[in-house]
Amino acid sequence: MREALRAEWTKLRTVSTTGWLLLGTIVLTVALGAVVAHAVTYSAGGREDVTKLSLTGVYIGQAIVAILAVQTISAEYSCGLIHVTLVAIPRRPVVLGAKAAILCALVLAAGALAMLGSVLAGRLILPGSGFTIAHGYAPLSLGHGATLRATAGSVLYLALIALLSLGVGTAVREAAVAIGLVLGLLYVFPIIAAVIGGSRLQRHVEQIAPMTAGLAIQDTVNLGHLPISPWAGLGVLAAWATAALLAGGLMLKLRDA
Amino acid sequence: MSAIAREDFAQLVHAEWTKFRTVRGWVIGTVLAGLVIVLFAYLATFAHHDGGLCVGPNPSSGTCQSFSHPGPAIGPGGLPVTDTYYLVHRTLTGDGTITARIDSLTGEAQTGGGGGNGVSVQDLVGAPAAVNEWAKAGLIVAASTRPGAAYAAVMLTGRHGVRMQSDYTGDIAGPDVSALKPRWLRLKRSGPTLTGYASVDGRGWTKVGTARLAGLRGAVQAGLFVTSPPATDLNSPQFFGGEGGANQDATGATATFDRLELHGGWSPAGWSAQDIGANTQLPTLSSVGYQRTDGGLRISGSGDIAPAVAAGYTDEQPLTGVFVGLIFLIVLATMFITAEYRRGLILTTLAATPRRGHVLLAKASVLAAVTFAVGSIACAVSIAIGNHILRVNGNYVYPTSTLTELRVILGTGALLAAVAVLALAVGTALRRSAAAITAVIVLIILPYILATASALPTGPSDWLLRLTPAAGFAIEQTLPEYHQVSYLYDPTGGFYPLAPGLGLAVLGAYALLALLIARRLLLTRDA
Repeated sequence: MREALRAEWTKLRTVSTTGWLLLGTIVLTVALGAVVAHAVTYSAGGREDVTKLSLTGVYIGQAIVAILAVQTISAEYSCGLIHVTLVAIPRRPVVLGAKAAILCALVLAAGALAMLGSVLAGRLILPGSGFTIAHGYAPLSLGHGATLRATAGSVLYLALIALLSLGVGTAVREAAVAIGLVLGLLYVFPIIAAVIGGSRLQRHVEQIAPMTAGLAIQDTVNLGHLPISPWAGLGVLAAWATAALLAGGLMLKLRDA
Repeated sequence: MSAIAREDFAQLVHAEWTKFRTVRGWVIGTVLAGLVIVLFAYLATFAHHDGGLCVGPNPSSGTCQSFSHPGPAIGPGGLPVTDTYYLVHRTLTGDGTITARIDSLTGEAQTGGGGGNGVSVQDLVGAPAAVNEWAKAGLIVAASTRPGAAYAAVMLTGRHGVRMQSDYTGDIAGPDVSALKPRWLRLKRSGPTLTGYASVDGRGWTKVGTARLAGLRGAVQAGLFVTSPPATDLNSPQFFGGEGGANQDATGATATFDRLELHGGWSPAGWSAQDIGANTQLPTLSSVGYQRTDGGLRISGSGDIAPAVAAGYTDEQPLTGVFVGLIFLIVLATMFITAEYRRGLILTTLAATPRRGHVLLAKASVLAAVTFAVGSIACAVSIAIGNHILRVNGNYVYPTSTLTELRVILGTGALLAAVAVLALAVGTALRRSAAAITAVIVLIILPYILATASALPTGPSDWLLRLTPAAGFAIEQTLPEYHQVSYLYDPTGGFYPLAPGLGLAVLGAYALLALLIARRLLLTRDA
């Protein structure tokens, strides 16, 4: 396993796109969060979830993470490297496990930077948008339990998205199809939920959809209105990621490379 | 292009069409994209039921035997209207004039908030409040007292001065006398023509406007009316994935009229009073009515006489699948070029046709034609199926003209084609399918989600739908906006910040720009 980990680490480390994609995740996430924090305006009476607004960047960050995760496996197929990898490490689940571990570590690190940056940006920018102490909004702080949960949860969310994408990428091999599937899974469900009608059906869709359920972790106010509780929502996403990894692992094991 | 170049290009298009047609995955993918659009027309409509009002209760079992689906009142133009007001009227046969002075116009508002959009709130009692900006008090001539009847009215509004309005959509601003008291109004009927006048002293009169109502013949109902539309709570929070629209709180208005003068063919019978359109879906106050005062009348009303905004379902509902179809087409269009790079086919293609720019153009033409055709057909079928299901389930579907319907269908086809070309261009520029597909999806679908289904406020949401390729979705908007109706016209409710054609042009500009950049890169880079 140690050799496998090292091999995967070397592969990811020495490809320049890895660094660019991780950097892109951080920059785009913080940038979107900052723009949103700047664009919102305080209005009396409302109770804005400023933590969630500051962490909006995860919507775009997850897409970059998905590229990285899908490419980790699909690039091996497209240039034939997978044959070398599997000759070197014949135990295929170990290969996938090593990839998952390295990817997870990288995304957790980048995600942590991205989320901390977003919270910091929110803390600096939000008072300028009117969300001041005088209006009943304390500055964003990780000392606040719900904010800490939302921030740490968003980092975990990104890691789970990476695992989900890796699983899908392993199962379908073709990068284009895999990324289409992952982004479809993430972005289409909220649209379905918005139009499907019938409040119970709508709630069920929001409870099982990977993005709507997973991002419940970001909510800090009005938790009673959520279709699913924050940690349970992240659990739903974890279930999706596990299922995708299992499917990917199974396909890898059963199929000729 | 010379004749030879034209022939070359035709051959290129033929070559690209052959590549497309003979790869099973691409044909299947395109057909799937079309099918998925239609499938979602069903998904987005089947669960929408309007139970309707029970009109045939079975007393023995306590169940309902028959339901009625009243829907909104329909105005003379065939569009849904709001027609809820308090009327004190007489019958007018032939020509005549009515003149009155409005001494005061005061407002009241629903206490305690609540009352969601589209929820009928009939039993609310109001508390004194500022008069609503579109509260209306004045003189009206209506074909009948049926909601949706043809009418013309001259009125004083809460904050928009004197207006002459007719048949729900007509609105002419009069001289601004709102700050001056007292205010005099006069409405004159001669045949089908109605003319409104306003005055500050009852002697010098200014014409406000004229309306010709084709349907106004013989005896009409004319008199004094008061109404006040619900206040839209522009700051109400929107939750992720929630239904669009802000909360609406019922308001009421009370006006005192005196110096009433009638000339012409008025019925000798006295005044009668009526709460018009009381069974409305609009939140209204229950404290309406009238009382005689010293030399005049005090009338309280709640509701509106205006076009109904966002009534019922629109074509956007059955077209939900376009988002899913888009993802299919983005993947396909990107692979149409990246697969050539992956398999090395690009070398053969470029060896066969050294004019690289033309290769890209040929690919774009084939893709655009195929996606436009498949997309338009899928949209036409989706709208037909989806609207049918909605109607069968008892829902009201907002009426659209054939021309608008055609614009939505062909426009959505063009939207799909433009996105396919954009994906092809980004794929050519980046040469990596995963990055290209993500870039295009993030450019077009993510802004739409952020604007309509996230916690973003209306301001930033509008900018997202102006500046990003997601502006193209404006082509699907069929609901008109009315300046005389205060409503939260935001993307969540299906109102786009750009006009349909302009929105599509923004998307087209992105596609064209991407195509030019891709061409440049293709020409200057080694394959």
